Amino acid sequence: MKKYTFSVYRYNPDVDNAPHMKEYTLEVEENQDLMVLEALIKLKEKDPTLSFRRSCREGVCGSDGMNINGKNGLACITHLSSLKSTKIVIRPLPGLPVIRDLIVDMSQFYQQYEKIKPYLINDDKTPPARERLQSPEDRAKLDGLYECILCACCSSSCPSFWWNPDKFVGPAGLLHAYRFLIDSRDTATDERLDELDDAFSVFRCHGIMNCVNVCPKGLNPTKAIGHIKSMLLNRAV
Amino acid sequence: MVTAAATFGRSGSHDFILVRASAIVMVLYSLFMAGFFLSTPDVTYQVWNGLFAAIWMKVFTMLTLSSVLIHGWIGIWQVSTDYVKASGLRAFIQLVFSVGLIAVWLTGLFVLWGV
Repeated sequence: MKKYTFSVYRYNPDVDNAPHMKEYTLEVEENQDLMVLEALIKLKEKDPTLSFRRSCREGVCGSDGMNINGKNGLACITHLSSLKSTKIVIRPLPGLPVIRDLIVDMSQFYQQYEKIKPYLINDDKTPPARERLQSPEDRAKLDGLYECILCACCSSSCPSFWWNPDKFVGPAGLLHAYRFLIDSRDTATDERLDELDDAFSVFRCHGIMNCVNVCPKGLNPTKAIGHIKSMLLNRAV
Repeated sequence: MVTAAATFGRSGSHDFILVRASAIVMVLYSLFMAGFFLSTPDVTYQVWNGLFAAIWMKVFTMLTLSSVLIHGWIGIWQVSTDYVKASGLRAFIQLVFSVGLIAVWLTGLFVLWGV
């Protein structure tokens, strides 16, 4: 049996005056490799007060984003073996208010997402009867953008989002913003760019690429933000 | 759209362009001064005075001091809006640095005026 030690962030505002780390141990058979989420579920069987979000348990819903050994990720697709240590420290996503234990308040994250109008806008007065067609080349431009599951691992690893969560859209929101800016069927490109051309929304990104480092879907928000900056600068000069 | 009155540019892209353009001017001035010191083994008062008496050098120096003013103004505004959350303290820090940067610019102007 392999013995893992978990140090888990605990905070219940109804009971605790301050957050604290609680130690747990878990024995796993030598030939078995659990995901962090499975380990947390086993810990919850021992201590039912431990709280965390989870749903699909296969990296699709984005519910179980958390900080695992200092790096944001999805607990359901992070193998214990990939952590290279039997000492595992689990904290909630940084920079977001904690509701309880590993559960964070995502309101600011969703408000920034809402700000970029994450839906297709088309002012065509005579919409096609069946669907708006795209060339394969135009469709390919959406690859690497539409796959985002809004787990908030990227935005909550971004210092610019930590300091200004009410003003900086953040990497997840900006990845989605570019997804609609580059969509050949969307006709609101100028209006979208007008909304982003302030000193905070996009330009507070200084390209440190924490978002790229942690994205569990392997996406590249920094690259998308670079494209948005280019679009804004091309209009400005 | 987030409005930000205390920064220098009219928009995010304007700030972005100003920061980079001013950085280019400062790099060119630094390279020029490094080249001057390397190619002039004996920097006497007369040589130094002669360099800054030339009208192009006065313009180049004022352009650089203007770049320091713009670059510093935007930079301090960005750093203070990241790290200083109390708006009163942030306004004070921005005031101190902005006045300081303008004072540097004016000092350069009057020094060059007298050369």
